[in-house]
Formats: sequence, C-alpha cells, structure tokens
Amino acid sequence: MNQEALPLLQIKGLVKTYGKAPALNGVSLSVGKGDAVVILGPSGCGKSTLLRCINGLERIQSGEIILNGENISNPGARWDLVRQRVGMVFQSYDLFPHMSVLDNVLLGPLKVQKRDKAEARRQAEGLLARVGLLDRKKDYPRQLSGGQKQRVAIVRALCMNPDLMLFDEVTAALDPEMVREVLDVIAGLAEQGMTMLIVTHEMDFAKAIADKAVFIVDGAVEEESDGEVFFRNPRTERARRFLNSFQYESRRPRRKTGAAPSGLTPVPVTRATMG
Amino acid sequence: MLSSGLRVFFEGRNMARLMAGLLVTLKIALISIAICFLAGLLAGLLMTSKRPAVRAAMRVYLESVRIVPVLVWLFLVFFGVTRAWGLNLSGELAAVLVFVFWGTAEMGDIVRGAIQSLPVHQRQSGMALGLTEAQIYRHVVAPQILRRLLPASINLATRMVKTTSLVVFVGVTEVVKTGQQIIEFSNSKNPAAAFWIYGLIFILYFLVCYPISLLSRRLEKVWAY
Ligand SMILES: Nc1ncnc2c1ncn2[C@@H]1O[C@H](COP(=O)(O)OP(=O)(O)OP(=O)(O)O)[C@@H](O)[C@H]1O
Ligand SMILES: [Mg+2]
Repeated sequence: MNQEALPLLQIKGLVKTYGKAPALNGVSLSVGKGDAVVILGPSGCGKSTLLRCINGLERIQSGEIILNGENISNPGARWDLVRQRVGMVFQSYDLFPHMSVLDNVLLGPLKVQKRDKAEARRQAEGLLARVGLLDRKKDYPRQLSGGQKQRVAIVRALCMNPDLMLFDEVTAALDPEMVREVLDVIAGLAEQGMTMLIVTHEMDFAKAIADKAVFIVDGAVEEESDGEVFFRNPRTERARRFLNSFQYESRRPRRKTGAAPSGLTPVPVTRATMG
Repeated sequence: MLSSGLRVFFEGRNMARLMAGLLVTLKIALISIAICFLAGLLAGLLMTSKRPAVRAAMRVYLESVRIVPVLVWLFLVFFGVTRAWGLNLSGELAAVLVFVFWGTAEMGDIVRGAIQSLPVHQRQSGMALGLTEAQIYRHVVAPQILRRLLPASINLATRMVKTTSLVVFVGVTEVVKTGQQIIEFSNSKNPAAAFWIYGLIFILYFLVCYPISLLSRRLEKVWAY
C-alpha cells in the first residue's frame, strides 16, 4: 500500500445521533498529511461532535473513520492507542489543576506512553520554550492566564507526538487580548507541517491558515474547498451568506466609506514566536 | 457541694473504668471509620457507574440505610440475625457491622458528590491523552476529589464517633454506659456525680473529635494547589 498517496484521515458517511436527533448526518471528509483544515459552520451544526468522534469521545452510529489506513471506528478499535496519535485541545481550560505545568505536560508521555523520564522531560521543556512558557513550568494552572493555560494545553497534546491535532474553538473562552498568542502557536504548527483540524470562529485567522475549509450545516458537509477558494469565492450560497455574517458594514450614515476595510481583511499572522 | 462531688473521679477504679469505656467507644468507631472510608471509595465509584442497574442498586442501598434508624439496624443485626441463623455475634461485632454498613453508604454518597462535582472536561482531557479509566481515577479524579471529600467525610467520622453511644442497646458497655453505672452507684452519697461524670464525658468526646477536625484542616492546607 502506498502510504504517501493515502490521506492521513478519511471519514466516510459518518452518522452520530443523540437520541433521535442526528448531530452528524453522513459526513465525509479527507485530510491529507500536513493539511490545516478549518471547520466552519453555524452554532450547533456538529463541529464539536465531529472532532469528538474522531478521537472516540463519542460513539458513532455508522460510517467509517480511517486514520493512516486503519479503520479506527470499528468496535474493536483500541481508543487508548488512537488517542495517542490524535491530540485534542478543548475550548475550556482543561489543565489538571493539581499538577504543575510540567507535570500536566508529562502525564501522557510518562503514564500512557511509558517513555523515559529524562527524554520526555527534555521534549516537554523544548515545547514549553517554543510557546514562551518554559519559565512557568513549575507554576500551577491557577497562576496562569487563560491564554497561557491554552498554550500549555496545546503543548500537553503535542508532547504525545500526535499525527493529527484537533482544536475545538480554543480561543472562544479567552479575553480578546489573549487570542493572538494562542493563534500564533497554532499558526506556527501549521508552518511546521502539523496535520490539523481546527474549529474556529476567528475568520481572519481561518482565512490565513486554511489549506482547506470544510463548511458544515445541520450535520452535513455543505462545502469542502481549498482555503483560498472558500474565503475568496465560496461555491455555495449558504457559505457565502455565512461568511458575510462576519462582516460589519458601517452603520453611521454620513461617514465616507472610501478607505475603510470593506470585507475580510486578513490580519497578518505573526509567526516569529515559533522560530 | 458541687466541687465535693469531684471525688467521684477518685473513688474505686472509676477513672480507669471510664477510660476503658472510652477505649471501647474508640475501638468501635475507629475500626468502622477505617473500613467504611475505604469501602466508601468503592461505593462512590459504583454510584457513578455507567450501568444504570448498578446505580439503581446503590440507590436502594443508600436509601434503605437512610430511611431506617441506625438503632433499628443494630437491633436487626444483633437480635434478628443472631436468632435467625443461630449465629453468636458479640454486641461489638454487631455494632461494627452496622456502622460499616451505614458509613459505607454515606461515604459513598460523599464520594459520588465529589466525583460529579468535577468538570466533565477533566475526565475528557484525561481520555484524550489516552489514559485508561483506572489511570484517570488515579491521576486525575482521585487527587482532585480527596480534598473536596475532606469536610464532609470528617463530619461523617465525628457523627460515627457520637453514634457509638447507641451500642449500649446491644449490651456493649462503652463510655456513656460506664458513666451511667458509676452515677447510679454513687448517686445516694454524691448527687453531683451526674454533673461531673457527664461533664467529663463531654470533654472526652471533644478530645476525640477535635483532633479529627484539626487533622482535616491541616490536610486541606497540605493538599491545596
Ligand atoms: N451530549 C449531547 N447530548 C445531546 N445533544 C447534543 C450533545 N452534544 C451536542 N448535542 C447536539 O448536537 C448538535 C451538534 O452539537 P455540536 O456541539 O457538535 O455543535 P457545534 O457545531 O460544535 O456548535 P458550537 O459552534 O455552538 O460549538 C447540536 O444540535 C447539539 O444540541
Ligand atoms: Mg462546539
């Protein structure tokens, strides 16, 4: 089998229902190695559910999830092994409050992967340094800001050396001034070729980073396009309206609208932090 | 008059008898507390089980423990069970059995509450890292709930110490019963004996329960994060 040609992640006809209501209604999707895929859609369309299915936090009703050529959705799947290859960061700050930053990061590598302590520690410290938090390694989560906590949460997932990272609105609960520091970390990962599925409402960021955009409505993929195409000229009317809903027109009648930004002006994403 | 009643402490072997009574109280209480704190951790896990049948069974257990007074349980075990099966249970053993049965249910409920008070994302982050169910309990759930458990479980422990006074009804002579015997014996000569003896018992209970609360406060500080 030619591993190169195979997409890293392939989802076929995924159905997930809560009770009777379908949250995902036949989602198909493929993610190539090194792709940054942005998942967009109105609230409640099933974005979180999709990510949660991919690392087995939800049981699915039908369909297939294939990671690296291996069907991980069949009943015999070893989720503990799958989850080592799929890192996930949630919206809420979910660090373990009773552990220091370093212990948070090392829990998975030491207890799950049973790695050598010195080696794991070296990697953890290297990653913390990359997100600018090495000097906080002995601190406890309560001593960190929201943005710092999310950066540690990202490092905690990265330190497992996953093939795929899932980000579920990781900046949604942050104060605005902390959003950037977290997005910069994710942008840096994209540059390094990490394969990622990113759910976000930060449109400028999505536009800047997306190799591919997946637009979901009511539990089904409405549009799957190249990032470039999707944000410049979406193929579906629903997507066009969705993107427009993020724009603000001036509501002040007598103001001239000459130089004012009229649409989605990308804010350049700084990538310096990731070196 | 009142102070001359003090002599009740020094007559015969009164003081030694009171201390022996206190030891019986302590023995029953501490053995029961130790067993039911450990068993309660397991009961709490069962109360939060994914299987509805397990949860329902634990619910019935907890409710039956709560609905029926401890004294009735004591009678049931000491008189009922011994008669029915012809077993010869000592009063002390019957008391320990009932206290464990009772305390385990209460402790389990405390553990259940603490587990459920953890944000769901704590467990899910553990799962997302690939930790097994057991590892999640060991490294994520347990360290966080132990501290939340403290106030309620210390309260339960002191309640159990105090409830040991019920064991007189199954023929166990613990500290209160010993006190009563001493008072009855010296009442005619020394009417103030009741005041002094019960006063001392009051202080003894305080001396037993207060260090428990001190310990809990200490632990809460140590486990602060
Ligand atoms: N545990 C659950 N039980 C029942 N229904 C659920 C559960 N989780 C999600 N749902 C439903 O499934 C649908 C998809 O939810 P999901 O959280 O995936 O949406 P989302 O796209 O992530 O929304 P948002 O942008 O608001 O985060 C919604 O209708 C939601 O009400
Ligand atoms: Mg969501």
